[in-house]
Amino acid sequence: MQFFFEVLIGGLLSGVMYSLVALGFVLIYKASGVFNFAQGTMVFFAALTFVGLTEHGLSFWMALPATLVVMVLLGLAIERAVLRPLVNQPQISLFMATIGLSFLLEGLAQIVWGTSVRGLDIGVADEPIGWIADRFGLNISKFDLVAALIAAVLVAALAFFFSRTRIGRALRAVADDHQAALAVGIPLQQIWGIVWAVAGAVALVAGLLWGARNGVQFALTFVALKALPVLMLGGLESVPGAIVGGLIIGASEKLAEVYLGPMVGGGIEGWFPYVLALVVLLFRPEGLFGEKIIRRV
Amino acid sequence: MTAARSIGGTILEVDAVSLAFGGVKALTEVSFDVREHEIRAIIGPNGAGKSSMLNVINGVYRPQRGTITFRGVPRHGVNPYDAASSGIARTFQNIALFKGMSVLDNIMTGRNLRMKASFLEQAIWIGRARREELDNRARVEAIIDFLEIQHIRRTPVGRLAYGLQKRVELARALAAEPALLLLDEPMAGMNVEEKQDMCRFILDVNAEFGTTIVLIEHDMGVVMDICDRIVVLDYGRKIGDGAADEIRGNQAVIDAYLGVAH
Repeated sequence: MQFFFEVLIGGLLSGVMYSLVALGFVLIYKASGVFNFAQGTMVFFAALTFVGLTEHGLSFWMALPATLVVMVLLGLAIERAVLRPLVNQPQISLFMATIGLSFLLEGLAQIVWGTSVRGLDIGVADEPIGWIADRFGLNISKFDLVAALIAAVLVAALAFFFSRTRIGRALRAVADDHQAALAVGIPLQQIWGIVWAVAGAVALVAGLLWGARNGVQFALTFVALKALPVLMLGGLESVPGAIVGGLIIGASEKLAEVYLGPMVGGGIEGWFPYVLALVVLLFRPEGLFGEKIIRRV
Repeated sequence: MTAARSIGGTILEVDAVSLAFGGVKALTEVSFDVREHEIRAIIGPNGAGKSSMLNVINGVYRPQRGTITFRGVPRHGVNPYDAASSGIARTFQNIALFKGMSVLDNIMTGRNLRMKASFLEQAIWIGRARREELDNRARVEAIIDFLEIQHIRRTPVGRLAYGLQKRVELARALAAEPALLLLDEPMAGMNVEEKQDMCRFILDVNAEFGTTIVLIEHDMGVVMDICDRIVVLDYGRKIGDGAADEIRGNQAVIDAYLGVAH
């Protein structure tokens, strides 16, 4: 039983990290209806920029705001250069543009900072927390717990922001109907600028945590692939969905690996989330928390 | 008509406006004015250019020729956002609400231009952002009471019946406290009861807040009853302008509506 809880908690904590990546997608999808293929690359770009700056002698607390500024500017630049010219174009055009953007950013980051694999130390060790191990007999990684806490705070703040403030409401309005949003006086482009800047900031947090966990390298962009089942499960336009989806995916993949894995020879962690997401889609096409599709005929 | 409001000076002046889409002339040299606190109707057969006229006032279309003066300021190259900022709110013929959002949130978006707290203030929810949210919420609740939609406050708009959606759209437009309210066929597709309700709301809005209203409507009975003055369009030209009685007796209008023997 104790082992079960260890696996469950480990899974939930890593699930929060998935949520963090999924959140970047949700933000942009909510506000502009664009599935931002480049989100994974933005995570990579952020982590690489941060590491690059620290290698040039900046301390952690100097590199952090500097990278934040870079990511916010990047977000604003993407809105201005890529999205704005494509206003009122079909969704698929915007999607294709983000694919192109993804390759561009990958290349750009590696031209500037090089292609070698780097470690990233955020000062939290990946080791069991002593007092929890002593008192409950559970091995919970300190790193996992801190990462999950950071992610949780960020997610809570964004969820609040979306539901309770004027800009949050404006974001949802813009996502729903551009023309109507303009007619009630919502500045479309300002809203898009904000959302891309925030998505850049979220990518930074995700990049630091995932970079510290897996090392900063090209493969970091594939973290985004882990966010896909989370998005399918939680619904593309729901911040709470991204959280719960992440938790479900994190916990279920670890549990499946440990308890079902031996039956089929292991290695199911990689694909189990996708199967789970597909099963959910069969019953709820909009995801668990997505906005219900109401069609009037 | 009503004693409480007195019709003031000109608030909107449309002067010789022409609008064409390629070779199709939607509007030709249309001129009329709207006075403060009045209810002005634009009527005409299908395809007369009524919605085009509204879209020009609201900045969706830019006329090729002619000028529009709103509150004494001639406008150049406005878009719907500018129009909204200058105090023009509108509803749409085919309802353009935010379908996934609740009635309350939809109406709150109408307050967008009235809320000034910056991005950072809102991000950390301090002082002004918080106060502003509460103040505006109070205003919105007053509008909800006024339009009698308390019971659907939390319902996602997409689930509501058509007549109620029209009412929510009116509420969102009112939330902006507009100087000029444009209503594009506010009663289209409604049954008699819903129409009566909507008429009452339009008259109440006008009487209570003194809002100047320009509306497009097909139902002649309704138009004659609630409007102060009427503009009649036909094939993009103005063929009549005046109070209900004058329009009733206008031969050109009768011909446009009933057809004329050649």
